This record gives sequence, structure tokens and C-alpha cells, in this order.
Amino acid sequence: MTTTYYDVPLLKPPVWTWEVPVYFFVGGIAGGAAVIGTVAHWTGEDGTLVRDARWIAAAGGPASAMLLTADLGRPERFINMLRTLNPQSPMSIGSWTLASFSATSTSALIPAVSPVAAPAAAVLGGMMLTYTGVLIGATAIPVWNANVSLLPIHFAASGMAAAAATLTLMGHDEPALNDIALGAAAIETLIGAAIESRDDPRLAPLRQGASGWTIRAGGVLSGPVPLVIRAATRNRTWRSVASIAALAGSLLTRLGWIAAGRVSARQSDHAHRHSAR
Amino acid sequence: MATTAFLTDSTLCIGCKACEVACKEYNQVPADGYEWTGRSYDNTLDLGHSTWRHVAFVEMDTAFGVGGNSGEQLTWSFVSDVCKHCANAGCLDACPTGSIVRTDLGSVYVQPDVCNGCGYCVVGCPFGVIDRRPDDGRAFKCTFCYDRQRDGQQPACAKACPTESILFGEIDDLRAHAAARLATLHARGITDAVFWDSSNTSVGGAHAMFIVRGDPEAYNLPTNAQAPTIYQRDGWRSATVAAALAIAGAAFAFLRRG
Repeated sequence: MTTTYYDVPLLKPPVWTWEVPVYFFVGGIAGGAAVIGTVAHWTGEDGTLVRDARWIAAAGGPASAMLLTADLGRPERFINMLRTLNPQSPMSIGSWTLASFSATSTSALIPAVSPVAAPAAAVLGGMMLTYTGVLIGATAIPVWNANVSLLPIHFAASGMAAAAATLTLMGHDEPALNDIALGAAAIETLIGAAIESRDDPRLAPLRQGASGWTIRAGGVLSGPVPLVIRAATRNRTWRSVASIAALAGSLLTRLGWIAAGRVSARQSDHAHRHSAR
Repeated sequence: MATTAFLTDSTLCIGCKACEVACKEYNQVPADGYEWTGRSYDNTLDLGHSTWRHVAFVEMDTAFGVGGNSGEQLTWSFVSDVCKHCANAGCLDACPTGSIVRTDLGSVYVQPDVCNGCGYCVVGCPFGVIDRRPDDGRAFKCTFCYDRQRDGQQPACAKACPTESILFGEIDDLRAHAAARLATLHARGITDAVFWDSSNTSVGGAHAMFIVRGDPEAYNLPTNAQAPTIYQRDGWRSATVAAALAIAGAAFAFLRRG
């Protein structure tokens, strides 16, 4: 953190409203669903899992676009996002990723086109899962840029877990789906432990105040809770509970990180170093 | 066209705020609050969407050559803060619509007819300059009086400054002038005068340069500001690994379980 002028924060806080973290959540599910659907199909899985996963991915595209457009200061100019490609901007790359993902995940529903569209949607789905971590990591906000390497992994695990959870709640109980959910929960548990144990003042918003409690709640519901339940039992009711926990955890995690960013910007000040009197 | 720049010399600033007024008036910038802040005589506090010049009032212990002749009085220093128009601008790199561009004069300019108010530039600026205007929706900051410069005039703030604390001109001339001014100040015994342009960081230099006394941090000029682009390589590397792991992990799960 930097010393600044009186106690005025150096940095401006993010102006984003709830639509952005909710988009991170929805986009993660959509991307994860595309990955699961394509991989399942490729390994010869039955039709309904693949069908449901593809529909979730296809619905997630337009839903994401609507959320992001609503957050814009000038929503009617949403199309300017595709006015150019700025490779230096994770948001520009993300805008093009979302547009292409929407196109490919929707066309993956068309049988004639799906052999090409579905793999493309899976690759773009991988980007949907991860680019949002780079988006907030490559900013001036200390708590975010201090975690630029962690966030893409964190968000990918969160998105895969949420996608697996959604499919579980739709009635699918394939063992592979459980394995994916378990793996994601294990990663989220490790990440949660890492966040708690690192000694870095920039991470204070992750462990203090409302943002800290949101992150912690999200971490517990994404990590240890579904991990323990899914490892301990095959009971479908309990797995539904685990899925609900994972979904809630994924949403709380995204909300918590945005809130932490606001706190971090506010904390970009120190007591004025020159003595006033 | 030549690259133009500001040199703002705190040692000449009298804290009159003519620069703030001239900027607001010329650029038709809306009012953004009328608040007694309790921070010395600074009721503006910081740069933002509707404040493009901000005069900072830095109160300090009595120092040679800075007001307060009695040696027992509090004394103070003033500087007019402004958008740095960075050589490596975080806002420009962040902008997804291409609204924020580098002009032929070297300044960083937000095209108001393109900006759709995504707000990414706001978290891209390591100096906390640019912001989104709530009732308008778009992002705004100092334009470097691009229209005035195209007409061969100085920016409004430089024109209004009564002590020529704000100097405007060709960047190399101003750098030379700053070096000479620093030498003069040091020769007079004002040895704590320093030059700041963030050229020591990934920002790579600013087209708004400053001379201040003491620690630039006290004047809201951070000494270790980074252009957030530097974090991208690690981010994308991690994203690639994570995406590959997600796909590979799913494949492993489905292959294993049949």
C-alpha cells in the first residue's frame, strides 16, 4: 500500500454493480458446462448429460451479455465492445471471448454443426472460466493484482464446481461428474487455506470486514463442505445439498472478490507522513 | 506534431486554484460537490470524473524557504495535480472499445462518443485519476485541452496560472527547464526539491511532470506506481494452465469412469 495525501485514497474503487460478479458466476457455469458437455460427448457419454450441459452453455451466453450490458454506463453502446480488439485489455479479449462463446455454444445445439462448434465452445469455455481472473488481476487494485496468478485458477475451479453442481441438481449423478465436483472442491479448499495463511497486508480485505466474511463463507461453501459430503456419501439428497452449497459458494466468492476490491481501493492511503503540527 | 507536456512546479504554486476554475470553466465540467473537507484549504480532495486539476495543500513542519518565516509557525506547500498522461497508460491499455487513444500530441484522450462506460479504465489507473460520471455513464478525465492545443493555444490551466507554476510546452524543452530549475533550487539551499515523472516505473514517464519539495508521496504522487499491464503475463499464463487443467481434469474424470 502506498502513502498518500492525507487519508485520501490514491486509487478509485471499481464502479461495477452486482451484475458484474453475478456475470462471473453465470459465465463460469456456462464455460464449465461447455467443457463438461464436450468432454462427456467425446468420451461416449449418454445423450441427456451432454444435451443438458450444452443447453446450460448456450443459455449462459446471452444471459451473460445481458448482465454485462446492464452494468454499462451507456448500455445502448454495448456493441462498441466489438468495435476493436485491444490485446492489452483483458476486457477486450473477454468481450470477444464471450461473443464467440455465445456463438459456438448456441450452434453446438445444432446437430449438423456440433462436431465443430462443440469443441470450439469447450476451448472458449475454458477461457470463460479463467479470463475473469485475469480481468481483475491485471488492475491497479492491490488485493487483486497481488493475486493475479491465483485468481484464474480460483475462478476456474469455482466455475467447474458450479457447472457440475447445476448438472447434479438437474438429476445427473454420473460418477465422473462427482469426480469433477470433488476435484474442484479440493482445489477451492487449498486456495482458501492459501488465502488464510499468506502474510500480506494487501490481503486484509479478504480476511476482514464484510468482504472478508463473504470470501470466507464462499470459501467454506465451495471447498470443505462439498468436498466432505461428496467424499463421504453417494446419497443423492446429500449430493444435492453439496451442490447447493457449491453454487452458493461460487456466487459468494465472486461477490466477495469484487467487494474486496472496493475495500482495497479505499485502503490505498496511509496516515500523512509529514507531521501536521 | 511535437509531443507536448506539463511541468507543474510546486515551489512556485501559491494555491490560488485558478487552474481548477479555468479548467472547469473552459471544459464545461459539471460541479462535483461542495464540501468542507477539513483537509487544510483543499475542498476538492482528489482528481475525478469532474475534477481534472486538483490543488493539494500539504501542511508540513517549518522548512527553509517555504513560507512561515517565524520558524515557529506551521507552513505549507501547494501543487496542482493533474492526469499524468502516462507513456504507458493503464487506462489506455484497459479500454476495450478503443475509446481511449494516444493523440498526435502524445496525450491520452477519452473519446466521449465511443466510451460505453464499462468502468475498466477506472481500475486500470495507478494514480486514481479517471472515473465514471454517475449521471452521464461515461468515463472522463483531463483532455489536455486537445481542442485548444489544435488551435495553437495553451491548456486552460497553464494559461490561467498567475505564477507560471504550470508550464506547458514541448516535452524535451520542459525536461531541460526542470533540470535547470532543480539546479537553481539546490544552489539556493532548497536541497529537498525533487523531480517526479514516474519514469522509474513501468509507467515509463508522464507527460505531466512535477517539481516538489520532499516526498512526492505526500503530494499524491506515488513513487512506485505500476502500469497494470505488467501483471498480465502472469495472469494469462495462469489462465492457460487453469483452462487446460479444467479440460484435462474433465477428460480424466470421464475416461476413468467410462
